[in-house]
Amino acid sequence: MPKDSGIGASPKRREDVRFLTGRGQYTDDININGQLYVHFLRSDMAHATINGIDTSEAEGMPGVVRVFTGADFEGVGSIPCGWQVTDRHGEPMQEPAHPVLAQGKVRHVGDPIAAVVAETYAQARDAAEALVPDLEELPAVIDMKDAVKDGTTKVHDDLTSNLCYDWGFVEENRDAVAKAMDEAAHVTTLELVNNRLVANPMEPRVAVGDYNPGTDDHTLYTTSQNPHVIRLLMGAFVLGIPEHKLRVVAPDVGGGFGTKIFHYAEEAFVTFAAKQIGRPVKWTASRSEAFMSDAHGRDHVTKIELALDAENNFTAIRTETYANMGAYLSTFAPSVPTWLHGTLMAGNYKTPLIYVNVKAVFTNTVPVDAYRGAGRPEATFQLERVIDKAARELGVDPLALRRQNFITEFPYATPVAVEYDTGDYEATLSKLEEIADISGFEARRRESEAKGKWRGLGMNCYIEACGIAPSALVGQLGARAGLYESATVRVNATGGLSVMTGSHSHGQGHETSFAQVVADMIGIDDGMVEIVHGDTSKVPMGMGTYGSRSLAVGGSAIVRATEKIIAKAKKIAAHLMEASEGDIELKDGQFTVAGTDKSVAWGDVTLAAYVPHNYPLEEIEPGLEETAFYDPANFTYPSGAYACEVEVDPETGHVTIERFAAADDFGNVVNPMIVEGQVHGGLAQGIGQALLENCSYDEDGQLISASYMDYAMPRADDVPMFDVDHSCQTPCTHNPLGVKGCGEAGAIGSPPAVVNAVIDALQSGGKNVMHIDMPLSPNRVWAAMQGA
Amino acid sequence: MKMTDSQTIDAPPDRVWAALLDPETLKACVPGCQEMSGSPEDGFEAVVVQKVGPVKATFKGGVTLEDMVEPASLTISGEGKGGAAGFAKGGADVRLEPADGGTELHYDVEAKVGGKLAQLGSRIIDGFAKKMADQFFTNFKEAVEGPKTAANEAVPEAEDAEGETDSEKKGWLGRLVKS
Repeated sequence: MPKDSGIGASPKRREDVRFLTGRGQYTDDININGQLYVHFLRSDMAHATINGIDTSEAEGMPGVVRVFTGADFEGVGSIPCGWQVTDRHGEPMQEPAHPVLAQGKVRHVGDPIAAVVAETYAQARDAAEALVPDLEELPAVIDMKDAVKDGTTKVHDDLTSNLCYDWGFVEENRDAVAKAMDEAAHVTTLELVNNRLVANPMEPRVAVGDYNPGTDDHTLYTTSQNPHVIRLLMGAFVLGIPEHKLRVVAPDVGGGFGTKIFHYAEEAFVTFAAKQIGRPVKWTASRSEAFMSDAHGRDHVTKIELALDAENNFTAIRTETYANMGAYLSTFAPSVPTWLHGTLMAGNYKTPLIYVNVKAVFTNTVPVDAYRGAGRPEATFQLERVIDKAARELGVDPLALRRQNFITEFPYATPVAVEYDTGDYEATLSKLEEIADISGFEARRRESEAKGKWRGLGMNCYIEACGIAPSALVGQLGARAGLYESATVRVNATGGLSVMTGSHSHGQGHETSFAQVVADMIGIDDGMVEIVHGDTSKVPMGMGTYGSRSLAVGGSAIVRATEKIIAKAKKIAAHLMEASEGDIELKDGQFTVAGTDKSVAWGDVTLAAYVPHNYPLEEIEPGLEETAFYDPANFTYPSGAYACEVEVDPETGHVTIERFAAADDFGNVVNPMIVEGQVHGGLAQGIGQALLENCSYDEDGQLISASYMDYAMPRADDVPMFDVDHSCQTPCTHNPLGVKGCGEAGAIGSPPAVVNAVIDALQSGGKNVMHIDMPLSPNRVWAAMQGA
Repeated sequence: MKMTDSQTIDAPPDRVWAALLDPETLKACVPGCQEMSGSPEDGFEAVVVQKVGPVKATFKGGVTLEDMVEPASLTISGEGKGGAAGFAKGGADVRLEPADGGTELHYDVEAKVGGKLAQLGSRIIDGFAKKMADQFFTNFKEAVEGPKTAANEAVPEAEDAEGETDSEKKGWLGRLVKS
């Protein structure tokens, strides 16, 4: 019988009660007495010199309190970047300034030029229309390869070029990889695009700044995945506010997908303006603003080469990638195409030599940063597409080619600097063959053919490095932050617990699953545990949620803090029962003395901690509250195998996904229902990238896909019922829960399965198409069919 | 977007040329034009109200005439700022060739939009620009040749899209839009 509480059970998500009944408290629900509203005038040009801004008419308009321009932010810090990449010559990346409001130049459509603060939002918008910026348009830098040619217009005049960095990994392997390519029996080459995406969380970004002149306290309410990171970056680097005078609250947040990790100019603006004006200032992004100011994702152009020997063993991989940084460096942008991407190029395979070259480029586009998967989907897509192409060129079964090259012994040190602790790739692939009913595919293909449709089957494996991250390691790699996590477990006198976690939940269900962990350890009901997150005044300094880290790192911190609680509670229980501490056992919320019938309940012990009338005060302090900081020893390495079946309409090129199966190894699973939901969401986003989504700029840098009329999000009828399985479990060897993380897997593993399936369908229809760049819109598929 | 087309006008090139340089004629022919002032030498200032897909805006901008070879060819270029709606800019190379007592007016038009217009209207911008150019040159042909129907013919109110305030002109443009 399935468990109904604790680890391994699937209780319904407690937070959904408020989300589904309209009782959530999102940032836009926060309204402070006397608050003003800001509207940003954003550049409608991609690249222009600001000769001046006439604010006089706007300042006289009804309700306008103040108009800010870049000049008001002279002396204020630059929006900082949290990761410094060192290039292949040992030089630091080029790092441009990023002012809160544009100074001197605008560098992308959406770059904020001025801000109008008014009594109402409508008044602020109206007045912004009366602002007259004198912009002198400059040539826009859009294409990445053009951007790094000599003599190209520079996005940042004070940098030497538009090249942020030219990264080589592992640089020492460069020559050996070249030699292996020369000596290979076969080399498969593939050029591909990882299309630019917009994260599109359901809730747009919102920020409310508040300032108390009586205490000099600043408060920022914001839609963030990591309020402490915002407090540190904004307080220390932009506005110069010490952390004890700055509180950052990220209440209910309606989805992040990475794009709410980063510190944004609007957050600094409302915090700054609230103090300048002496009244709270609120900003709520419109969907249009979200498209042109939320950090975008992906946008890599890659050439990958896979070398094989005469027995089809992989001997080397070489890639050259152009990665778009956009106009400024967003918080973690430099890490995405490098350490979150190059380190994954081994995939599930024992390729002995790998060389990854990444050229990160500034362009006149919205900054690009982490988006669900962040670097790992890009790596997986390249690798799993080139393997499929190699199998086709060599005339071998694509799964057999993968199996032959699987890593089978763990721990396994890859040639790209990471060590996989555990995994079983054959197990997930075999499970996939079972749940996807691969043996029934040919019959289904004939059924499709009978309907006049071409059916294709695409499969791939994936591995990801998540549970981000060991601080000492990422520090060597250029991270300017530690990536541990924090937890405080506060036991109340009557036995209930408040658990303060540095992780942040913006849809992941932490309030449910984290409570399951703590309740399971003590043996009490889940309902006795409350999870508190998202407020720097309540939670110890933590690093937030991204990189599938919350359970693996944040959950581990909670385990460590709870272990301390239990250790202390055992001391109290030993005193109460006049027994030796070493004989105390805790089970089902009861402390017992081993080998006797003596027991005290959890609640007796917690009460004694706060009413210490009969208490070992000479040995331990009263109270029952413990804090732990957990820094992981390694990344975690979830892996799996995915299968997609598509039908292609030979007349129109329209692709429908008929079946999709995912067999994942997430290690131990705390709440299978939540895990399944995470996989579903990730698959939908991966399918969105593969078939639908594309963020487009025209040659002048105009963003031409900035609404849902032109940016195609996946809808319910674009995805099939998913067959997902996570019964293959090789527990993580280095965290106390044995968990690996599941938030990004679906988005990482699914795009190559979809594309492999479409190529297979076209091949079955007699079209010798080897690759189509995502998204596989009917137009692109049809055009590829015509050329083949 | 770019397009090339031509229009046969039943009037000699010098009359067509004069009409092209006349602010009143231009005002009457530019769809949605509210104001037009200036001269061929100094350029024209114009206010145009237009709706592109979901975005309606008042564009204020200037038009300059260059490379004028009377009465054979000129280049028109202009840019209009639509506030929150973004901007539109473009130009036309116009050639006038005598043809059977009339004039063959050739035009190569290039138009670009920016800001919200590009963000929301990119799919429809080509069609919109073509419609604008077609309307302009159709209006222009009619203006030069003189109306073929009674000027006071009762016509339905124009669509909101044209944003006209002058009810007489509104009817005239509205009829063109519907034709």
